Amino acid sequence: MDVKTWTYLIVGITFVAYIGIAIWSKAKSTKEFYVAGGGVSPIANGMATAADWMSAASFISMAGLIAFSGYGGSVFLMGWTGGYVLLALLLAPYLRKYGKFTVPEFIGERFYSKTARVVAVACLIIISVTYVIGQMKGVGVAFSRFLETDYNTGLFIGMGIVFFYAVLGGMKGITYTQIIQYVVLIFAYTVPAVFISLQLTGNPIPQLGLGGDVADGTPLLTKLDQVVTDLGFGEYTTSVMGSKLNMFAYTLSLMIGTAGLPHVIIRFFTVPKVSDARLSAGWALVFIAILYTTAPAVAAMARFNLSETIQTGQIGSTEGNLEYKNRPEWFQNWEKTGLLGFEDKNGDNRIQYYNDQNEAFAPKAEEYGWKGNEMTTVDKDIIVLANPEIAKLPGWVIALVVAGGLAAALSTAAGLLLAISSAISHDLLKGILKPEISEKDELNASRVAMVGAIILAGYFGLNPPDFAAGTVAIAFGLAASSIFPVLMLGIFSKRMNRQGAVAGMIAGLGITLLYVFQHKGIMFIPGTSFLGGMKENWFLGITPNAFGAVGAIVNFVVAFAVSSNTDAPPEEAVELVERIRTPGD
Amino acid sequence: MADTKSLSERRQAYWRDNIRIMAWLMAVWFIVSYGCGILLVEPLNTISLGGYKLGFWMAQQGSIYVFVILIFVYVRLMNQLDEKHGFAEAQEPSAASSETEPESKEDA
Repeated sequence: MDVKTWTYLIVGITFVAYIGIAIWSKAKSTKEFYVAGGGVSPIANGMATAADWMSAASFISMAGLIAFSGYGGSVFLMGWTGGYVLLALLLAPYLRKYGKFTVPEFIGERFYSKTARVVAVACLIIISVTYVIGQMKGVGVAFSRFLETDYNTGLFIGMGIVFFYAVLGGMKGITYTQIIQYVVLIFAYTVPAVFISLQLTGNPIPQLGLGGDVADGTPLLTKLDQVVTDLGFGEYTTSVMGSKLNMFAYTLSLMIGTAGLPHVIIRFFTVPKVSDARLSAGWALVFIAILYTTAPAVAAMARFNLSETIQTGQIGSTEGNLEYKNRPEWFQNWEKTGLLGFEDKNGDNRIQYYNDQNEAFAPKAEEYGWKGNEMTTVDKDIIVLANPEIAKLPGWVIALVVAGGLAAALSTAAGLLLAISSAISHDLLKGILKPEISEKDELNASRVAMVGAIILAGYFGLNPPDFAAGTVAIAFGLAASSIFPVLMLGIFSKRMNRQGAVAGMIAGLGITLLYVFQHKGIMFIPGTSFLGGMKENWFLGITPNAFGAVGAIVNFVVAFAVSSNTDAPPEEAVELVERIRTPGD
Repeated sequence: MADTKSLSERRQAYWRDNIRIMAWLMAVWFIVSYGCGILLVEPLNTISLGGYKLGFWMAQQGSIYVFVILIFVYVRLMNQLDEKHGFAEAQEPSAASSETEPESKEDA
């Protein structure tokens, strides 16, 4: 069978499974729709949380990011896993004890304020919508590239599948599909990694292979450092991202952003008990760690393979560089997509891939007769997708990777859509506009809201806004600077009042948006960034993506300053804090 | 079961112990990631661990393993604390066990 047949087959089987679950797990009450009835076991919830959390970005982009930033890429590894420690210790058990359905609901009740609830809903919707656009785009791209349908058709199929199981099953349907999706995606991620590790280092476990030796007996990482520095790139194991301070702030922003993402938090409302919420966070991290400890191995090995493919022999000798006509098939395939680009700058019909921005290396390059880096485009996303082809793995493995990427994108999209629909039907409609609404009507309203959210996400998927590339900064920045601090204050400070919470959220949100917009353009419209993307204007050298941590600090400071100068919170709010701090009754 | 102390006294004692457990675990969380993975990465890189430099290994592998272990230690300590102060939850009929103490299984 060829790759395309395999892809149709494997993707088809997974989609049938998702639809089957949807029919089997139709939600009958709002409790089932919002929190899967509250009876999900900690391990099952851990697995579902892992799939919910690991998006197209974790599955497809992260290894590529690490491959090209080396040690600096550690911010993603530590940031996106360390957040679960915060979630387990600071938020999940208490929010589970609170025992209701949504994040804005807690904020509204704890701060006895509809304003706080509405601000929280606004943050939640901005975070989740920006996040979901990326997932829909991922689905469309995966379809168009591997199943050779057109992008829009792929997007519609993806929307249709999510529509089916998320609208029918709500959280219940989503939970069971996410479990299957986790199995698909983790299998798809680890199988090629095992083969590649085996080929390069003889060790089938990628986590150990990364510390293993290559054929000539030198450790892989030592060899990789040498290979890349010989071509003028920064040393793989020591290159920092920006500065140490920037890495510190970036890691912190990603950690608290992760802990503040509403679609992740609501997963902990689905387990039966407080102790289960703690345990479930542990299991979620186990399942996430399987992928996150494999990713750095995939990254380093792919970088090594890429370099070895092009620089086939001694640097500087003519024969040392691959002849363009001899380039492998995967190279040709990816050239067609535009994600890999070659330009023969010195006209020698061979490929030179080196760092032409490195001035210290420039004299050497000139001596060799190189006229600039000829790999004009190397998109980081191809690292995971092309990995099986680079390692010459069979067609079914490539098909599996496609199904895994789709599973990652769909599972995250469904979780986000549920967070959006519950915020609209439960917080805005039931909580504020129409408190007397019956449960049956609320359930219907949540389904309508879900349909609306899918259509909105699909619309943005079809017409990707210019700001798609900057959305990660916004989603994590807002979660870090608004949702996380307000939840933490609500649990850990009895004195925190309405005024402090609202002022803190608005201040954290405001300064983060201002910083991102001033460097990346207002609403990401090119040309409107009044301070430009220039490094000189970065506050202490912190990149806009890493600013959420500063936003969170501003949130905390403003909240304390305002609350200590205003009235103490009422008795009920203090009693609520007392109640959620301990498990049991 | 708990002794004769009032609910609010038990809550306060529980919360004090909880904060202490949290503070210790958060210190470990900080040291392995920000400490070993970022601030002290250069000195640690002079030590090698198999084919890894130790600082690099902490940043890309070690810190993640420690995070996993940390949460399971937290689960265990908190379950003991719930018990000690009489806040343990009633066992569900579904035999949901909160006693299991699995080790991290990253080597898939």
